[in-house]
Amino acid sequence: MSANTVTGAAAQVGRLLAAGLQTLYVVGLAVAGTAALLAAPVLVFATVIGVDDRIGPAGGGRFHLIFGLLLAVVPCAVWGLSWATGAGGRAAGAALLAPGVLAVAATTTYGGAPPGGGHGVVWPALALLPLGVLSARWVAAETRRLVGRWTGVAIEQPYRPAPQRSANAWQKVSWRSLSWRSLRWRAGGWLTDPATWRDVAWTALTGCAVLAPAAGCAAAAAIPWLLGPPALFVLYLAALFLSPLIGLWAAPLLLTLHARGARALLGPTRQAELALRVHHLAQTRADTIDSGAAEMRRIERDLHDGAQARLVALGMVLSAAEHLIDSNPEAARAMLVEAKSSSAKALGELRDLVRGIHPPVLADRGLADAVQALALDLPLPVRFAGGLTGRPPAPVESAAYFAVSELLANVTKHAGATQVWIEIGHTGAMLRIGVTDDGHGGADPAVGSGLRGIERRLAAFDGVLAVSSPPGGPTIANLEVPCALSSPKTSSCSGTV
Amino acid sequence: MRVVIAEDLFLLRDGLIRLLEAHGMQVTAAVETGDELLAAVAKERPDIAIVDVRLPPTFTDEGLRAALTARQTQPGLPVLVLSQYVEQLYARELLADGSGGIGYLLKDRVLDSDQFVDAVRRVALGGTAMDPEVISRLLTHNSSAGPVAAVTPRERQVLALMAEGRSNAAIAQQLVISERAVAKHTASIFVRLDLQPSDDDNRRVLAVLAYLNR
Repeated sequence: MSANTVTGAAAQVGRLLAAGLQTLYVVGLAVAGTAALLAAPVLVFATVIGVDDRIGPAGGGRFHLIFGLLLAVVPCAVWGLSWATGAGGRAAGAALLAPGVLAVAATTTYGGAPPGGGHGVVWPALALLPLGVLSARWVAAETRRLVGRWTGVAIEQPYRPAPQRSANAWQKVSWRSLSWRSLRWRAGGWLTDPATWRDVAWTALTGCAVLAPAAGCAAAAAIPWLLGPPALFVLYLAALFLSPLIGLWAAPLLLTLHARGARALLGPTRQAELALRVHHLAQTRADTIDSGAAEMRRIERDLHDGAQARLVALGMVLSAAEHLIDSNPEAARAMLVEAKSSSAKALGELRDLVRGIHPPVLADRGLADAVQALALDLPLPVRFAGGLTGRPPAPVESAAYFAVSELLANVTKHAGATQVWIEIGHTGAMLRIGVTDDGHGGADPAVGSGLRGIERRLAAFDGVLAVSSPPGGPTIANLEVPCALSSPKTSSCSGTV
Repeated sequence: MRVVIAEDLFLLRDGLIRLLEAHGMQVTAAVETGDELLAAVAKERPDIAIVDVRLPPTFTDEGLRAALTARQTQPGLPVLVLSQYVEQLYARELLADGSGGIGYLLKDRVLDSDQFVDAVRRVALGGTAMDPEVISRLLTHNSSAGPVAAVTPRERQVLALMAEGRSNAAIAQQLVISERAVAKHTASIFVRLDLQPSDDDNRRVLAVLAYLNR
């Protein structure tokens, strides 16, 4: 039992220590972010109030020097920590914090005088302004990531979607895609996005939340001088031993508070959520209408060039045969044979067309059997598993069917697979279909127009397609569509499959 | 030969009756729905039932289900299923009991009246008549698994024609080989598919079933 208690206590202490470290990182982030954000105003302010830059470091005193140096260390620490805990991209992002923080540190060190003196400083200040906004976005992204990881509930991106693929951050911009036009567009998008300003507000707010108590402590430090040395000694001793304990005790509380604040300010607002939803709906509606119209054109063209033309030809052959039937029965007979084969071809074309519009087996038997029928037509061995207890709404059924059809066509055309697995099921108000093959992989929705088409088609029903296809395979495609099943209209065929 | 027809389209029903009667068959009942088919089959005890897959009231696979039910109540009742389209899934379901007397054809095949009537006769005698479209879709498979994988390409050709319901003579004519060669191929197929020598017709059905199941 005692061993249990000891391990329990150790775990508790471990948790507290972890919370303490997390708090330290959060504090560092807040300080660095605020410094980067405030760099430009601080420099301009220092220029305007015109502290004489001839005073130099000596005039500022030791306090300024130490504070400035500490401040300069913070971005390095943040940079190092994000390098150690995550991807290089994040660490590179943290480097954004450096110029602003260094400028503030330099100004502090010089006792409030702008380094470089006077008007020369205005230009770097202008450059630091956008950098500050960018770093605020980085701080926000990092906070979102951390809070998501620590609390287990991710904070959604609140930003407006960009027309290009990655909407959220400059981190994901590949260098090749950087052009002045796109950069300018992006910058414009960032500045008009309210979420950016909420990021800035968050950075400033957390900075103030750290700096205000720090200033309070600094002010409190002045009190002991009034008390005299013995009291001073006791006070410092108490502070030295108590402050880590207090810090550890407060860390979980602070983290909870921090997480709540971050969720409120960095997550999408109700309005933004609705705006995103409207954007999504408008997009998918346009896509649906477009694809519907394209489908109509295709059907019209197929009918016009196929069955209709064949029927016209058929009519002509028949009327010619009618003319010839008395004078040249042999020729008329040959024409009738031709007419028969022509009508058979027309029927075949109509059948293919119907299959493309709404496969009869889907109408007859529903999605599970229709997918199984697809699997049977595949020139590959297929393992089929699962089933549905009812039928999804007809449009969902159709979209899912054509999605699977496209996925299977991709498998036969590109994957070089020897075996395919299909799984279908409905759990938690979600229709799920998985198509897995043991081919060579490398399928990318960003490249293949087919996969993009599936995504668009499913998006109209708030469905998603997830494709995992590492080079060398296997390829796993999962599609999910939220929908309810209706009770089966027709029971399946006496259990014979 | 006594025939029961279940077909909801008047033109096609009428055409079928005329076609079959022109070839000396007797259409004892022509009905529109699956339930009527079951009743007619029970009453008339026909030699064969010709059934459309889609029938009222649901216009889905009502006819197919009625045909399967009829075969459960009257084992071995020959059934020829007609459809605007063919699905391997349905072909497998129809053949699943392995007792033969099953046809599954596109409605287009009615256009070629001689072949169609021939198919009707074959099915009525307990053979199979799978639509060439079902077979041709099977041919695109590279059957790397299952017992059919062991069958040689030539034997597979024979098997495909066997699935369409051709006799050995017809197969020999189609492939331009002797009838004895066909018999040799079929015997070899039965061995490869591990089908015991019993009733020859039944083995043919089982071979086709193995083929459809890959």
